[in-house]
Amino acid sequence: MSGPSTFVPKSAIGRWFESRLPIMGLVHSSFIAFPVPRNLNYMWTFGAILAFMLIAQIITGVVLAMHYVPSATTAFQSISHIMRDVNYGWLMRYMHTNGASLFFLACYIHIFRGLYYGSFKPPRELLWIIGVIIYFLMAATAFLGYVLPWGAMSFAGATVITNLVTAIPFVGTGIAHWLWGGFAVGGPTVNRFFSLHYLLPFIIAAFVGLHVWALHVTGQNNPDGVEVQNVDRDTVPFTPYATMKDIFAVSVWLILYAWLIFFIPNYLLDADNYNIANPLVTPAHVVPEWYLLPFYAILRAIPNKLMGVVALFASIAILAFVPWLDRNPVKSAKYRPAFRFFFWVFVVICVLLGWIGSQEPGDAMTLVARILTVGYFGFFLVIMPILSFAEKTRPIPASIADAVLAKKPVPAE
Amino acid sequence: MIRFDTKALAAAAFALALAGGSALAQETAEQPKPPRESWSFGGTFGTYDKAQLQRGFQVYKEVCSNCHALSIPFRTLGQPGGPQFSEDQVKALAASYQVTNEEPNDKGEIFKRPGTPADIIPRPEAYPNDQAAAAAFGKAPPDMNLLAKARKWERGFPWFVFDALPGLQYQEMGADYIHAIVTGYTHPDDPQWNLYYPGHKIAMPQPITDGAVEYTDGTPKTVDSYSRDVAAFLSWAAEPNLNERRRIGLGAMIFLFVLAGLLYATKKKVWESAH
Amino acid sequence: MTAATTTQAPNRRDFLYLATGAVGAVGVAAVAWPFIDQMNPDASTLAMASTEVDIAAVPEGQILTIKWRGGPVFVRHRTKKEIEDAQNVELSELRDPQTDASRVQKPEWLIVVGICTHLGCVPIGHEGKYEGWFCPCHGSVYDTSGRIRQGPAPLNLAVPEYKFLTDTRLKIG
Repeated sequence: MSGPSTFVPKSAIGRWFESRLPIMGLVHSSFIAFPVPRNLNYMWTFGAILAFMLIAQIITGVVLAMHYVPSATTAFQSISHIMRDVNYGWLMRYMHTNGASLFFLACYIHIFRGLYYGSFKPPRELLWIIGVIIYFLMAATAFLGYVLPWGAMSFAGATVITNLVTAIPFVGTGIAHWLWGGFAVGGPTVNRFFSLHYLLPFIIAAFVGLHVWALHVTGQNNPDGVEVQNVDRDTVPFTPYATMKDIFAVSVWLILYAWLIFFIPNYLLDADNYNIANPLVTPAHVVPEWYLLPFYAILRAIPNKLMGVVALFASIAILAFVPWLDRNPVKSAKYRPAFRFFFWVFVVICVLLGWIGSQEPGDAMTLVARILTVGYFGFFLVIMPILSFAEKTRPIPASIADAVLAKKPVPAE
Repeated sequence: MIRFDTKALAAAAFALALAGGSALAQETAEQPKPPRESWSFGGTFGTYDKAQLQRGFQVYKEVCSNCHALSIPFRTLGQPGGPQFSEDQVKALAASYQVTNEEPNDKGEIFKRPGTPADIIPRPEAYPNDQAAAAAFGKAPPDMNLLAKARKWERGFPWFVFDALPGLQYQEMGADYIHAIVTGYTHPDDPQWNLYYPGHKIAMPQPITDGAVEYTDGTPKTVDSYSRDVAAFLSWAAEPNLNERRRIGLGAMIFLFVLAGLLYATKKKVWESAH
Repeated sequence: MTAATTTQAPNRRDFLYLATGAVGAVGVAAVAWPFIDQMNPDASTLAMASTEVDIAAVPEGQILTIKWRGGPVFVRHRTKKEIEDAQNVELSELRDPQTDASRVQKPEWLIVVGICTHLGCVPIGHEGKYEGWFCPCHGSVYDTSGRIRQGPAPLNLAVPEYKFLTDTRLKIG
């Protein structure tokens, strides 16, 4: 995608077409000739897995929209209809609901990989920020989609999340009524959420386009965090090398996906969402889906309504500032022992926050949640800036080829 | 310089989570969790037992249906993978119910007619809507069509991890819950005290006693077997495609392992030339 | 990539690539089917594929329109004259030759699908030159047996599968 392509089609028709619309050259330069660092590990296949999940979610979502009826009186029954009557409707719905979970799982691995190997550092700051925007859009889409089955937890989730805006002074309540189309979450809400839930994935796809574009300008980071110096020595062409590796990784991911769909389809779903929404009763234990639990824990950890909402959004927004919080010139945690340690502490904090988010609120839980919240923000605001200067890093290899040769002593050709 | 040991960190985190999980389990020791039963449809490849589902439907029809709706179409009772009553049985069963026609007749009157297999099983006649049921019982008895999927409880760490793993997976919590509730009336002097209901005070008085339903196939006429059969039946009602799902799933799994193996070999062959 | 110089190596490699590609193609085809099949009529629609109707109240000369599989079915209680008109037609005059007897079970009751065989509009009863049906969309004219007589439609109005459960009770489908 960077600069005019040197691709020349073999056939005369191809050349005629290419001189008018150079789309083959675009594909060729982006997905065939594109140079890929030869030291990439399997953590770098999650981009392809995420692309696959986005497409799978859009296709199954379009299918479900053919049978789903968005209104307070029909939504719940139409899901039952999909599950019972529509040909393979159960398969479509289980693919879509479990697909959301796997989409987030892949996304988290992708984000943590970026943090670990310093993929956000110059020159990839914008690439990283586009990624944060995609993640935020994903969270919004998932939330909107969760409301659609109109189960008890859909209703509670919609109520809790839309009520976040009421934390805004003066205009908050007005905005909430505007979001709901009423004085509480109701029929108009589910209808508009359906519309937006259908729209957002295409906006995500557009940002994914920008993400890939930006990636192909800077090239990929790699486990050693050294930039490509010599294309011939340091890289391999995207096709067939990265293509085959990505396809293989997707097939392994599909095994996990199939296990969820066919054998434990309700494992990740909340049982309360099989009860129809009742505006007069809130479920005993309101929790979001697992992928939003850490943020939910942060929200609950703050005793002040407005500050809680601010902390919730800050916990995602802070990711966008990472390129300026971590200024250490060494990218990869492979050569940063202290950063590596704190990275794993941070991972544990995120997992524990998720666990706390799933538990019933209580004094002990709130205290732990607060400590972990401090830890979460501390990683970004304290550890990253300090380690930018104070860390004693290990020597990095001179080039990607050196790093590969150091690992696998293969005689030079 | 401090040594940053990631392995020790992982071990510490695991121990911490384990301690947290067991602390939580102790907190709720007074409220026993439904015991895990063995089901024909449990495990990785389990399927519904047709005879059991038929008995379960009998229990539903003779006992539960007095108060609980079961909003599924009659025709599904004849589908493969379910109780699989014969076409004539389903027709006769549907015709024994009076169903309100969806559209008025040519005089504009809403009228009732005998049911057909395409109709949804009507609500209990005594309680035409949830409000009427709530007025009578203080709380509307839930529709049973998704009940078996609508009941779960906290498993705690590390059990919830095991519940997802092949061979150990636990997807029958709803059936266990229903079985536990029906058999949980252990205070003979208080018909609304239930061992397994959260808080023990349940709106539904003991619904069934030994011998209440006449089985014809020699199955013991006890509360335990009634509750097992009705729990199995309601599991089917909530997840009627389970048999088909697992059959397709097995094929998909075998296929994916073959595909992944071939792709790995191909990937290796391709990369041979890169090193 | 290094070019293979022996003949055996590329053969084995080609076979692996071919096998992988073939298995992948089978997988894509298998996954495609549920996505196609989901648009077919679902179980609840198929269950409604037959409908029963009471025809005792339809007077002679009248047409009862009922809904069957989402579209109209005409139940026409024909008069003596209409029956005679329908029976006294030479097959050679017809575009889609069918005797009236082959289109009815009882001569006084004509049951046809009320969808013009041209492009699917609903024809109007007791109109047109033959006082059978007239389609307002493109001017097709049907006789009292529902047979096409004039206009662009190629075929007679279809006769659905039906059965008289009693003298006055009809089951369609």
